[in-house]
Amino acid sequence: MVDRKVRVLIAKPGLDGHDRGAIAVAQGLRDAGMEVIYLGLRLTPEQIAEAAIQEDVDVIGMSCLSGGHLTLFSKTMDSYRKKSNKKVVFIGGGIIPKKDVPKLQNAGIAGTFGPGTPIHEIVSFIKAELGKISDDKED
Amino acid sequence: MAELKERRKEFRTTVDGILVDRVYSADDVPENEVDTSPPGEYPFTRNIMPAGYRTRLWTMRQYAGFATVEETNQRYKYLYQQGQTGFSVAFHLPTQMGYDSDHPLALPEVGRVGVAIDSLKDMEDLWNGIPLGEVSTSMTINATAPIILAMYIAAAEKQGVAQNQLMGTVQNDLLKEYVARNTYIFAPEPSMRLTTDICSYCARNMPKWNSISISGYHMREAGATAIQEAAFALANGIAYVQAMIDRGMDVDSFAPRFSFFFAAFTNLFEEVAKFRALRRVWAKIMKERFNAQNERSMMLKFHVQTGGCTLAEQQPLNNVVRVAIQALAAVLGSCQSLHTNSYDEALALPSEEAVQLALRTQQILAYESGVADTVDPVGGSYYIEWLTNRIEEGVQQYIATIDKMGGALEAIKRGYIQREIRRSAYNHQKAVDAGDQVVVGVNKYTSEEPLDLELLEIDESVARKQIERLQKLKSGRDKEKVRQTLEKVRQVAESTENIMPALIEAVKAYATVGEISDALRGVFGEYKEPSLL
Repeated sequence: MVDRKVRVLIAKPGLDGHDRGAIAVAQGLRDAGMEVIYLGLRLTPEQIAEAAIQEDVDVIGMSCLSGGHLTLFSKTMDSYRKKSNKKVVFIGGGIIPKKDVPKLQNAGIAGTFGPGTPIHEIVSFIKAELGKISDDKED
Repeated sequence: MAELKERRKEFRTTVDGILVDRVYSADDVPENEVDTSPPGEYPFTRNIMPAGYRTRLWTMRQYAGFATVEETNQRYKYLYQQGQTGFSVAFHLPTQMGYDSDHPLALPEVGRVGVAIDSLKDMEDLWNGIPLGEVSTSMTINATAPIILAMYIAAAEKQGVAQNQLMGTVQNDLLKEYVARNTYIFAPEPSMRLTTDICSYCARNMPKWNSISISGYHMREAGATAIQEAAFALANGIAYVQAMIDRGMDVDSFAPRFSFFFAAFTNLFEEVAKFRALRRVWAKIMKERFNAQNERSMMLKFHVQTGGCTLAEQQPLNNVVRVAIQALAAVLGSCQSLHTNSYDEALALPSEEAVQLALRTQQILAYESGVADTVDPVGGSYYIEWLTNRIEEGVQQYIATIDKMGGALEAIKRGYIQREIRRSAYNHQKAVDAGDQVVVGVNKYTSEEPLDLELLEIDESVARKQIERLQKLKSGRDKEKVRQTLEKVRQVAESTENIMPALIEAVKAYATVGEISDALRGVFGEYKEPSLL
C-alpha cells in the first residue's frame, strides 16, 4: 500500500452549533500528521456521506451535543454505506450518554469520545482501528 | 526575596491567562491606579447599586425548557407556585434556526435542548396559568428573536397584558453567533438590522424589557480567555450602540435597556476581577465614547452562567464543587442574575435532581455564606485590585485592536475574533492533554469507578406529538390572512421600516416560525460560514 496520510472527515450533523470539540479534534489530528477535512456545521447525513466519498477518507468523525446523536450518527453511517463499499472508521463525539454507546456500536460506530478526552487517545484509537481494517484486507 | 523553591516555574490564572506574582502589596496598586469610587457611583467598579444584595438578592434564574409546551408549562407552573418569578426559556434548535418541527432538518432535534415553539398557539400554551404581567422572562433566542418576541407580545395581549408592562430579556445578540454558538440564519448585515429593529422597538414600546443580552458567555465556552471574553463582548456592545446611534437614536433612549451575559469559570479571583473590570470599562465607554448622560446607560448589568465546558464527564460529582466556586465568583462579582449548571451536564441534559442541587447551591450562597451581606467584600484586596487593573488593560488593548480593524463586525468578518478564540481553545486543550493544566479526575487523580446516574431522556414521541399540534394548527387557521401577513413581512423586510409590527400581525394570524423565517430568507438569503480551519 502506498504510504499516504490518514484522511479524516470531521463534521457536525444536525442543527447543533457547538463546535469547540469538533474543531479541537480536527486541529489535534492534523497536528498528529493526519489529513483533516473539517466540513463544518449543520449538515445532513447525506451531505456528510457524499463529502466522505468525494474526499476518499478513511475516518468519519461526527459531533453532536444536542441529544440527536442516535438518529444523526446512524443515518450518516447508513447513508455512507449505501453509497460506498469502502470500509471506514466511524467515530463520534459530544454529549453521548453511556447507555447510548452500545446502540451506536450496533449501528457501526467504532468509538465515542466525550468531553475531557485527550486528543492522543483519539489518535491511537484511529490508528488501531485502521490497523484492523488493513488486516482484514490481507486475510 | 528568599530563594524558595516554588511548585511551578510560573503561575498563571489560566492557560494563556495573567502571570501571577508570589504576593501583592500596596506597591502593586500605585496611586494612579487606585479606584476609590463607592458602589453605585461611576464607574461602578464595585457594584451598580449602592447597597448591592442588601436591598435585593440576585435573581436565581435557571435556564429550562424541554419537550413540548405541555411538559414545560407544567414545570413553569410548578416553579411559579413555588414562588419563582423569573423564567428563562430554552428553545429547541429548530425554533432557534427558523424551522418548523416537521422540517426534515428539525426532526432529530424536536424538544431536545429546549421547548418546541412553532406558532403563537405554542407560546400561548407555554404561559397558560402564568400571568405575564407579574413575571420576568429571559429568552435565549437570537436569529429568530424578532419572531419569538412578537409571539410573546401577542400571547401577553391575549392575557390582557399590554406590551409596556412586560418584563424580561431577549438575547438578540447575533454578532457572537458568528464567533461561537452558531445559531445564525442570515448574514451579519441583515442580522444587525433585525437586532437593532428589536432594540428600537423596545425603546419606544417596552420600557421594562431588556432588548439585548450581549453575550461573552458563548465565546468563553468556545475557548476564549477571561480577557478575551470580556473584550469581545464589549466590542460587540460598542458595535450595537453605534448601530443604534447610526439609526438616529439618542444613546440614553436605549442604552439603559442593554444587558450582558458572562461566564464564571473556576479561577475565583480572576473571575471576580473580570466582573469588576467589565463594569468599569463599560461605564467609561458609555460616558467617554458615546457621551451618555443618564447614569443608567453606563451601568453594566449582567446575567452569569457557570462554565459549561468546565464540567467533566469523569467523576461527575466533582462538578458540584466546581459550580459552587463559580457561583461564588459570580456573587462576589455582583451579578444581577445567575444560572448554576447541573453536575450531570457533561453526560446528558440535566436531571430534575441535579437541577435542584444546582439551585440549592445558589440558595446556600445567598442565605448561609454571608457573602451577600456587604457590597464587594473583596474590594481593596491588593491582588483583586491589581488583577482588576490588569484585566482592564488587556480588555482595552483588544478593543483598540478591534477599533483599528473598523469595529467588531469587521473583525468578525475577517475571522480575527474566531482565530483568537480558537488559538486559546487549542492551547488549553494541549495544556490539559500534557497535564500542565490540572483537571481533577480528568488528567490527575483519575479513577475507573463508573458512576450510574439517572439521566434525563427525551422521549421519541415528543416529535410526533409536536408535529400533530402543528398540523392541527395549520388546518384550523385563516389561510388567506396567513398569506397576506407573510407578504407584508416580506415587503417590510425589503424596506428600512421596523420589522416588529408586521411580525406581530403575522404571528397573530398564526403564521409559524418556519413560514416567517422562510419569508425573511427570501429577502435576506442565508449565511454560510467561511471556513477558517
